[in-house]
Parts: sequence; C-alpha cells; structure tokens
Amino acid sequence: MTQMTFARAINSGLRKSLENDPKVILMGEDIGALGGVFRVTDGLQKDFGKHRVVDTPLAESGIMGTAVGLAYRGYRPVVEIQFDGFIYPAFDQIVSQVAKTHYRTQGAVKMPITVRVPFGGGIGSPEHHSESPEAYFTHTSGLRVVSPSSPQDAYTMIQQAISCDDPVLYFEPKRRYHDKGDVDETLDPGSALPLEKARVITDGRDVTLVAYGPLVKTARDAAIAAADEGISIEVIDLRSLAPVDYAAVEASVRKTGRLVITHEAGQSGGLGAEVAASITERCFYYLEAAPVRVTGFDVPYPYSKLEMHHLPSLDRILDGVDRALGRPNSLSGLEG
Amino acid sequence: MFTDDAGKGGIAAGGPGNSENSARRTGGDLVQLITPAGERISHPEFDPWLQDVSDEQLCSLYEDMVVIRRIDAEATALQRQGELALWPPLLGQEAAQIGSARTLREDDFVFPSYRDNGVAYCRGVKPEDLVRAWRGNASAGWNPFTVNVATQQIIIGSQSLHATGYAMGIQNDGADCVAVAYFGDGATSEGDVNEAMVFAASFQAPVVFICQNNHWAISEPVRLQSHIHLADRASGFGIPSMRVDGNDVLAVMAATRIALDRARHGGGPTFIEAVTYRMGPHTTADDPTRYRDANELEDWAAKDPISRMKSLLDRKGLLTADLEAAVAAKADAVAKELRAGTINMPEPQPLDIFKHVYSTPNSWLDRQQDHYSRYLASFGDPAEAASEEGAR
Repeated sequence: MTQMTFARAINSGLRKSLENDPKVILMGEDIGALGGVFRVTDGLQKDFGKHRVVDTPLAESGIMGTAVGLAYRGYRPVVEIQFDGFIYPAFDQIVSQVAKTHYRTQGAVKMPITVRVPFGGGIGSPEHHSESPEAYFTHTSGLRVVSPSSPQDAYTMIQQAISCDDPVLYFEPKRRYHDKGDVDETLDPGSALPLEKARVITDGRDVTLVAYGPLVKTARDAAIAAADEGISIEVIDLRSLAPVDYAAVEASVRKTGRLVITHEAGQSGGLGAEVAASITERCFYYLEAAPVRVTGFDVPYPYSKLEMHHLPSLDRILDGVDRALGRPNSLSGLEG
Repeated sequence: MFTDDAGKGGIAAGGPGNSENSARRTGGDLVQLITPAGERISHPEFDPWLQDVSDEQLCSLYEDMVVIRRIDAEATALQRQGELALWPPLLGQEAAQIGSARTLREDDFVFPSYRDNGVAYCRGVKPEDLVRAWRGNASAGWNPFTVNVATQQIIIGSQSLHATGYAMGIQNDGADCVAVAYFGDGATSEGDVNEAMVFAASFQAPVVFICQNNHWAISEPVRLQSHIHLADRASGFGIPSMRVDGNDVLAVMAATRIALDRARHGGGPTFIEAVTYRMGPHTTADDPTRYRDANELEDWAAKDPISRMKSLLDRKGLLTADLEAAVAAKADAVAKELRAGTINMPEPQPLDIFKHVYSTPNSWLDRQQDHYSRYLASFGDPAEAASEEGAR
C-alpha cells in the first residue's frame, strides 16, 4: 500500500498501461512537458517519449478524430480532454464515430479509446471548467461511461478502461485530485472489481444513497452524520454510469425500501432520473416512498461565488434523506 | 486481392521514385494531360510519373472507368426498381476515382466518403457490398481490413481526421505505407477537414488528401464554400498541393503518385484538388433541375472522362473492336453480379439489431435484447411480428 493523491494514482495507472502495452498512446493538450494542467500525466512524456505521450494541436475534434484513425491502425489511444466544458467540439467524433464504428462495421473495427475528462465543480473556476456532461454520453449507445471516486479505483479503473475493447469515457472528479488514499499498486486490474460493477461504500438499513465521482465522499460524510441521529444510510458508489449496475442498486433498495440519488449535473434528463425510473420499474413494490433526487439545478454552471448553492452538499443530501424517510424536511407540506 | 496489383500490371509502382524531382507545388494552374478531344499533352513535371504506364494499362484504366459507370447505372436502376432505398451516383467522377485508386499500394489505407464507389471497386470491394448499406441490410458494406478501405463515411469530412490519425500510426510503426482521405468540395468547409490539415502538417503525417471538387454539395455551388481554388487553401496549412483536371485519368494518376511518393519518403501530407463534375443528382432522392442550369451540364458532358480516354485510345490505335467487346462484356458481367447479389442478399434477422453495439457484454443492452426476444416470441413467429411492427 502506498499513500498517494487521486491525480498521482491515475498517473501511476497510466504508467502501468504504457509499460504493459506498446499500443497505448496518450494524446491531449499540454500533457507532455507540462504534465497536463492538473499534472495527471506528469513525467510520462519524459519516460515514454513524444510518440507515446503526444502533445496535440488545440482542436478537440481533431484529437478525437485522429484517435479514431489510430484505433483503426491498432492503437489504444488515451485522450485527455483538458476540461469538461471543452469536450463539445469533440462531441460529433465521439457520438458519430467513436461510439458507432464497431456497430457500423459489424464488429470488424474496435474502438478501444479511453477519453479522460476532468469534470465537476467546487474549485472556484470560471465558466466551462466545472461542468458535469456525463448524461450526454450515458445516453449514447456504444460508449461506456465510468467515474472513479477514490485513488485506488482511479488507479485500477484507468487500466481497466484502457484494456477494454469498447470506448470508455473516464470522468475524473477534479476537486478530489488532491485527496489522498491508500493504493495497492500490485493489485491486478483483471482480478479487481470489474469496471461495470457498483460498490457498496457503507452498509445501511434505512435508505439507499446512490452517488458517483466527487459526491461519493460527500455521501459517505452524510452517512456518518446521519448515524449520529440513528439513521442508517447505505451508500452505493455507482462507478459505472453506463451501464449502471442496477442489480447492486436493486439489492440495496429491496433491503432499505428508500432511494436517494445525488449528482452535480442538473436534474432534468440526468442520470438520477434514469436510476429512479429503472429502480421503480424493477422493485416498485419494495419502495416505501418515491425516489428522491438531490442534484445541481437546471442552470448553466454558476459563477464560482454561488457554486456551493448549486452543488449538492452534505446538508442538502440529508434533507433529501429526510424526505425519503418521511421525516420533516425543507419541502414538508408541499405537494408534488 | 487487389485488382491493380494482381492483373493490371502493377500501376502502383513507377515514377521517378524520388520526391525531390517534384517541386513542392502549391495550387497553381490546372494540370491537364489529356484534352477533352483525347489529345495527350506533354508536361515536364508530371510526365516522368507516367513513363511506365503501358498501352495495356491504359486499356485497363479505360475498362475500370467503364465498369464503374456501369455499376453506377445499375445501382441507380436498382433504386428506381425499389431494390435500393437510396444511391449516391458518381457519374462524371470516374477518372478522379480510378486514376487515384489505381496508384495505391495494397498496404495503403483509404478513408472514403459515400460517393467513392470507384475507389472501393479498385480496392477489391465486391459489387453487392457497394450497395449493402443502401439496401438497408447493414450500416456499411464490408470489413475494412479485408480491402484496406474504411467504411464509406456519411458525416461530411469526418474521415479526413481518421486518415490523419491512421497516418500518425503508420509513422509510429516506422512503415512506409500511406493513408488516403477522399472527400468533396463541400467538406473543405468542415472544421474536421481543416483540423486534419493542421494535424497532418504539424506531425508531417504520411497522408494524402484527395478532394474531388465536383462543383456541387447537394444544391450548394462550390463558390459558396470558397472564394479561392480549394487547392490554394492548403498553403495556409503549409501543405503542398496540386490542382488537376479530375476528368483526366492520367493527370490524377500522376498527381497521386507524386503525393504518395512524398508521403512514403517522409515528405508529409499533400492536398490534391481533382476538378470534376457531378453529372448526376446528389443522390437518387435529389432533383438537380431545381438548382442548376442545364447548360452547365452540357458543358461538362463535353469534358467527359470516359469519352476523352476513348479518344486517346483511338488516337493511339488501341481502341479495337476486341477491346470494346471485352470491356462491354466485363461491364455486363459485373452489372449482372451486382443485380443478382443485391436481390439475393440475405435479410437481416430482428435480433441482429443488438449485435456489435459493444464488443463486451453490456447489462443494459442484454436486458433490452432479452425483453424484445420475449416480446417477439409472444407472437409465435418472431420474423412475422417484426415485419408487422415495421409496417405500422
């Protein structure tokens, strides 16, 4: 076990992948000498060369489209999109090419591309640097979408994503980059928890709280706080956003009868809606109350002095937990 | 097996074999080696690249152009008869496609657009595979790795980036093959084509951009895309370019050889503008009489790529009755093969809809497939149920 930051854990996982497979190639803006604006690729160009760790021109569609061509040639490109809000110029290549080429060619051409996206807010950034665009991609068939929440998962899941023959969007919770945790670098990604599986973070009896990425820590803190009041929360870290491991969520909800989902992205059409609907379909008769969503608002990501109103906080999550439990909460007395 | 390397005298080889012999041209005057009347014009820069082209090879270039025009006509007829949902004709662009594709080596890799059926034919794509997607039996016609041709791209210009990325891979591998992107005049306005040129220039990737300027992007004339010759845009990216008569199979062939040779020898990308004309509609669903002048069509009919090749062969005494009969027989045979292959194409099965979305198991999709299987089974005969659903 080694103590390291979240960012360092991704770096270490990337290094492992570069060592293990000569076809792995990193591409992105400022990922070489600078090591990326968050230093996630620090030192990799120096150790693996400019042909394995490629600083690209500033053109996101260009990066994604050339990654498609490299995949045709047998490479496993790992693309860094510098910030969540910069992914949109690459949207066409991701949706029309990366996601569909395997289907289009009836399985002849694989697209083993990993797209790393620092996402989410909470770091006081200007516009376009704090977004949560994951639902655009979970709605796109042909893609896998994942988000690690701990240094250990960051280390393991980046390697699993790179070795996956399908394209994977790997959303990195940027406000957790400097959080430290134990990482077992001897853990074989092949024998670790599979990429598409959710993980129960804390066991609980009264309510199931589903989170992913940056809010897993907040959800865990909420569970600890609730325990002081005698409320037992089961926290599930989804890890995989497409597909969602519904079997894991369902098993928990059958036990607790109550479901709260939290994410930073806006509510309408978000992943929380999908989880709420799917769990309602699967185990309606086990639910004691309507599922509750605690999410960002349907607003453009706000200027930083207001972002803490937008981001689900420990107290807002607990307010949602109270609602699911039928306890007094901020919406008590409101119908619908 | 590739038709050019196999039976047609190795046109892929040839040329002076030294990229230094060719200046790094940028745009410039239109290069024409065969006049519309079939007269061969000498050209000091381009002729050295054609010295090895034998009479026999000239005849086989002619044959390929006639055959692909016949495939085009047969596919258009199949669409009119309800056997294809749609077809994008290449009528008029035979020289641009055959002249360039016949110069490629087997290990070169092509990223074509939906109209580049002549290119695909030269690379060995079977006639029925050219129409598979247009019949609605698949999203694309062939396995790219069996012919080194990617599936035909429908998103305009997207494939220029794929070619550039593939070329970056070639570079990393230390190989000397080349990636070739085909696109049209409309595509040059797309961001992807411009980004492809930035990447190709920055990395000096071994890629050739072949732009068939057929003058029309559906109803929009090329003047709406650019105020300057398309070839002249390349210089802004630091990419050498050539502007050739795209209805002249030899000019296209020489230009492509110059570009391929440069790419193979570390000279980086080249942009070729092949000036041609889309004689037909954008697709069988289009009506060009709504937006273009009949006189324009007449002017271009006089510059037809096949008639001028025929005149050239005639002037050289090569246009024998035997040749004409052999070429006609070949075209008939291929058309027959296309028609039979189309009509006898096996129908896809309902659950094929779920195949190959992912290469690994996916719990969301597996559940949807399971549920739809149960739904179909509830009718007794799944195929019947699906066709009833589709008809509603």
